[in-house]
Amino acid sequence: MQFDEIKSIIDDLMPGAVVDVDEVAFPKALWIQPNSILNLCKALHSNENLYFDSLSCLTGLDNGEEEKTIEIIYNLYSIPYNLHLMLKVKIDRDRPEIDSVSEVWKTADWHEREVFDLLGVKFNNHPDLRRILLPDDWEGHPLRKDYVEQEKYHEVKVKY
Amino acid sequence: MNEAKENINIGELKTGESGIIVSKLDDLLNWARLSSLWPVGFGLACCAIEFMSTASSAYDLDRFGVIPRNSPRQADVMIVSGTVTFKMADRVKRLYEQMAEPKYVISMGSCANCGGPYWEHGYHVLKGVDRVIPVDVYVPGCPPRPEALIGGFLKLQEKIRTESILRPKGLEKLMKKDAV
Repeated sequence: MQFDEIKSIIDDLMPGAVVDVDEVAFPKALWIQPNSILNLCKALHSNENLYFDSLSCLTGLDNGEEEKTIEIIYNLYSIPYNLHLMLKVKIDRDRPEIDSVSEVWKTADWHEREVFDLLGVKFNNHPDLRRILLPDDWEGHPLRKDYVEQEKYHEVKVKY
Repeated sequence: MNEAKENINIGELKTGESGIIVSKLDDLLNWARLSSLWPVGFGLACCAIEFMSTASSAYDLDRFGVIPRNSPRQADVMIVSGTVTFKMADRVKRLYEQMAEPKYVISMGSCANCGGPYWEHGYHVLKGVDRVIPVDVYVPGCPPRPEALIGGFLKLQEKIRTESILRPKGLEKLMKKDAV
């Protein structure tokens, strides 16, 4: 199945969910309305022509203070049909919030914790949104473009 | 043949029934300590792979009496083999505190020595394990070859050889501080 066919199925399933198409991305990506991401993922997961039953990767990207956006990127894979699909969502950088998809794919649990840890995105209805890599009492989110490391951690100087 | 048998009673020599060795207590203790340096068996990064191969049959760390222990309570030396993150630094410190005196630390590889390749942008990496615990021997390398780690052990043995229970160095330092 081609990218355009997948897109037309999505348009039929949820009209208005796809905002734009990113032709430059590899694989080609769909820009999705932030509010409809959870329902769309549920639909993609159970649709019998697609069966996107595996979430290969979920990651985040900070576009910086000028653009004031953070992107969440979903890489889906359908094992039965051997299909790949990339979804992208743009959210507000100052109040980064989005619905968790961990109820659709269990994998998303830890992936979303990583995005929370490094970018500070709040995933609504996530079962256990804690830092996953850094210590619990770490300050700030390191993959933010304007991140400045803290002076000291537990009385030890952080800089060289 | 017969003459030799009469002159030397080999059996007596071997059992040591007539043997006495005279030594200084310091030398005896130091010899015992430096000949059985048991490290805490843990690794942090790729240096740990080199540490493991140093223990393998090709390099045979056993011949120096170095046998990794699984508990800090039974260990004499800690090999900090790899990148120490701030999250791990607290644990490394805890392990060091759990070791019984006398205890030694070998900092293995660039990361443990000074932060290594993470010195500038590694916000999460401790820039040298000596910021958390005292280090006796630094082994350079990224990662150091097994020979280099063995060299580190030999350096540590040299250091132990000069120790004395009658001259506690720590106390001397403290008294100097008070004098100043």
